[in-house]
Amino acid sequence: MAANAPALTFIALFLPFLAAVIAPFLTRRFGHNAAWILALAPALAFLHFCGFLPEIVAGEVATGGYAWAPSFNLSFSWFLDGLSLTFALLITGIGTLIVIYSGGYMKGHEGQGRFLSFILLFMGAMLGLVVSDSFLMLFVYWELTSITSFLLIGFDHEREAARRAALQALVVTGAGGLSLLAGLVFLWNMTGVTQLSLLVHMGAGLRESPFYLAALILVLGGAFTKSAQFPFHFWLPNAMEAPTPVSAYLHSATMVKAGVYLLMRLNPVMGATPAWEILLPFFGGITLIAGTMLGLRQTDLKLMLAYTTMASLGLLVLLTGFGSPHAVDAAVLYLVAHCLFKGGLFMAVGAVDHEAGTRDITRLGGLRTAMPVTFCAALLAALSMGGLPLFLGFLAKEEIYAALWAGNPRAVFFTGLALIGNALMFALAFAVGLKPFVGPRAETPKHAHEGPAPLWLGPVVLAGLGLLAALFPGIAHRSIFSPMASAVAGKNVVIDITTLPHPGVPLTLSLATMALGALVYWRLADARALMVRALENLGPGPDRGFDHVVSGLVRFSVSVTRFVQPGRLEIYITVTFILLALTLLVPPVVFGELPGMPVWPDGILVEETAFLIIALIGIIAVLRARDRLTAIVSLGIQGFAVAVIFLLFGAPDLSFTQFMVETLSVVILALVMTRLRLSPADHRPAGQLIIDAVIAAACGLGFTLLLLKSVEGPFDSLLTDFFNAYSKAIAHGANVVNVIIVDFRGTDTLGEIAVVMVTGLAVLALIRVRADKKVESGKGDRP
Amino acid sequence: MNTLILRTVAPFLTALMLLFSVFVLLRGHNEPGGGFIGGLIAVSALAIYGITFGAGAVRRAIRFHPMAIAGAGLLLAMLSGLLSILSGVPFMTGLWVYPVIFDVEVPLSTVMSFDLGVYLVVVGAITSIALALEQEPGPELGPELGREED
Repeated sequence: MAANAPALTFIALFLPFLAAVIAPFLTRRFGHNAAWILALAPALAFLHFCGFLPEIVAGEVATGGYAWAPSFNLSFSWFLDGLSLTFALLITGIGTLIVIYSGGYMKGHEGQGRFLSFILLFMGAMLGLVVSDSFLMLFVYWELTSITSFLLIGFDHEREAARRAALQALVVTGAGGLSLLAGLVFLWNMTGVTQLSLLVHMGAGLRESPFYLAALILVLGGAFTKSAQFPFHFWLPNAMEAPTPVSAYLHSATMVKAGVYLLMRLNPVMGATPAWEILLPFFGGITLIAGTMLGLRQTDLKLMLAYTTMASLGLLVLLTGFGSPHAVDAAVLYLVAHCLFKGGLFMAVGAVDHEAGTRDITRLGGLRTAMPVTFCAALLAALSMGGLPLFLGFLAKEEIYAALWAGNPRAVFFTGLALIGNALMFALAFAVGLKPFVGPRAETPKHAHEGPAPLWLGPVVLAGLGLLAALFPGIAHRSIFSPMASAVAGKNVVIDITTLPHPGVPLTLSLATMALGALVYWRLADARALMVRALENLGPGPDRGFDHVVSGLVRFSVSVTRFVQPGRLEIYITVTFILLALTLLVPPVVFGELPGMPVWPDGILVEETAFLIIALIGIIAVLRARDRLTAIVSLGIQGFAVAVIFLLFGAPDLSFTQFMVETLSVVILALVMTRLRLSPADHRPAGQLIIDAVIAAACGLGFTLLLLKSVEGPFDSLLTDFFNAYSKAIAHGANVVNVIIVDFRGTDTLGEIAVVMVTGLAVLALIRVRADKKVESGKGDRP
Repeated sequence: MNTLILRTVAPFLTALMLLFSVFVLLRGHNEPGGGFIGGLIAVSALAIYGITFGAGAVRRAIRFHPMAIAGAGLLLAMLSGLLSILSGVPFMTGLWVYPVIFDVEVPLSTVMSFDLGVYLVVVGAITSIALALEQEPGPELGPELGREED
């Protein structure tokens, strides 16, 4: 089958990146209509991934990939099962709609090309994340989603709030990413595998490992920050500074689900332990309740949705870790339902904001006649979110209650939490999806009317899917939900819930949820006032704490920098040489590795002695030189003498290089000296002179000892023999030194010349900076 | 420096040294020499020219910005390494050809072009440092002092 061709899957994975590269050019050429063309990329990827459905439904998995660094067991490899395929379809499917929507939403914005490019970049990263098989690839894509999220939240970078929110999201999710990396390294060391597809078979040993808890906490650190679980939730509402397509796509439908994805992926491996079943429901439950309560306080439609997203993520984490027979089924159903209705609602809210000019719930009303299509879509999505029959949300909610309800106190407690959370979400769903459209027509900053097709297409499709999936549950369960639940549970699972209400505890709980939710909706203003009062009494939250941490960090790094970078060259040089002397002298003394007294060699030739004496004369000349220029040139005497000694001992290459380096150092030092306004002679106070002399002597002594020690042992001629034997034979060169430089160790040389080049650039830049400053201040002096 | 002897000799000396640097570069594979040493010799040659006639004269003489020369060298070295990947052998494996030019067999290789790249990087990077130091006015010097050569 064509879909199995690895090359095609590879292309599908990179299509979004490709589209991201051409997005700015297309937008310059076609304006906002470029979005229609760019939407082809995710659409094609979506179709490609649809081709995997028959295989996945049959219970198989699809893998593929390419070796990357086989010696490190690294590969670029993907792994498609029910879980990752569902995510891939959601990402590309919703992504297609989002790109089209962005075309309408950002129409006429000067940064539209950049925006589309970022969105597509994110899409590629997210797609890679969910299909990754190798740990490292997972981590790289994980971080890439954090970075693209940073770019998108801070898209409107001229506003301080957007910059702060972007930075906050990056810091929180980036720190979580590092925690995840540490967790993955733990998993790797515990099991010896670097691929998720192999890891899933290693659950038993992993759960009994003494490092299980450490690995679990580190992985949870990654998942909880990404999926905005309490107490790391604060970045998500702030992320609403991003344009609405971003909120709809990243911060409700896809990216924030990455943490949930990871937990679901690891459920067969790390799940079903006491730690897992305590930590996940506990944090998930808190997040659920905190999210709904904070959401109730808001009047901004986007913020209300953001907090319900946080609550829904909490519910998903709770379900993933709950451990009862139907919990996984419920999580799977709710995840897909949430993507559909929340993505739709966000886009609908964006359309309202775009057309009416405000998204403050107290200033909106009666839009049903002005925006009928948006109203329909928003209402359908709200019905699904509220969990009314005939909608996917209803199936999910029935399954949630079926999963949570049991006769023990733990089950009763969490059922109660879910009931309160769901009821408040019910109220918020209709506050967002119904309230702006009904009642008397309110005056809005802009004259509201129905937006263009791109603005309502997304909400309509997503809300419609939420209805269709529930109307034809057989197809939906067979092709999506059962394979996905099987992957999460790690065993074969068949979901068979239908939309027909059947009497029982779950239905009763559903009815109670709706009744309570309707009550809150009816008294929404009172509930909000109550919540505002309650939260004011709680005091500042982690959002404020984040600011304190960041400003403390800045103060700390400023003081550290002031300490280690005082800005005086003498101090730098003194510290460097003291450390050098210590490094050379302390270890031999401590470990008793001092060399013995060298034996005075016999038969030193006259010319060797002569050049040694010349070198000594050079050093004495340096020390006694009246002015700096003489000292520099005298330093050259010593250098040349050493070069000649090299030559005498049969190292012509080294000797030539030494000659040239000496020559050029004298030239460059002299040039530098002429640029600095130094007194021609060196006047140091006697005390300083003694200190400097001691440091210099210590360095010299250290090197002498090191060299004596290294020639003391027997000479190991292994490398010499190797190079002598093979230099001519396989590298066609008689000069061993040169052959080593350009052939045997050519890659090292490539690195070295890159360093030479960069050093040159850096020196050039430093000289320029000083020169420019001079020019600028010179200009300033002129009247 | 304005000595008559230096002004007379410098062009010849520079030309000779540059020629010698190329000689050292090319013989490097079998005799003492190579890209690093050759490059350093070439820089010394340019330094002599610069000391005699000023940095501007050197810049005019070498036509390209020295950093561009260094960049070209790095690119050449990189491409020499990549060429072997295209031929299906690991990165940086030396490839040799032996064309016969005027009845003389001339061994050419990616190793040689790599060494040429090393030579160019050394020449470009160090020359650009030396020229910048020689030409730009120092932070403490007045423009009238720093620009005396131009």
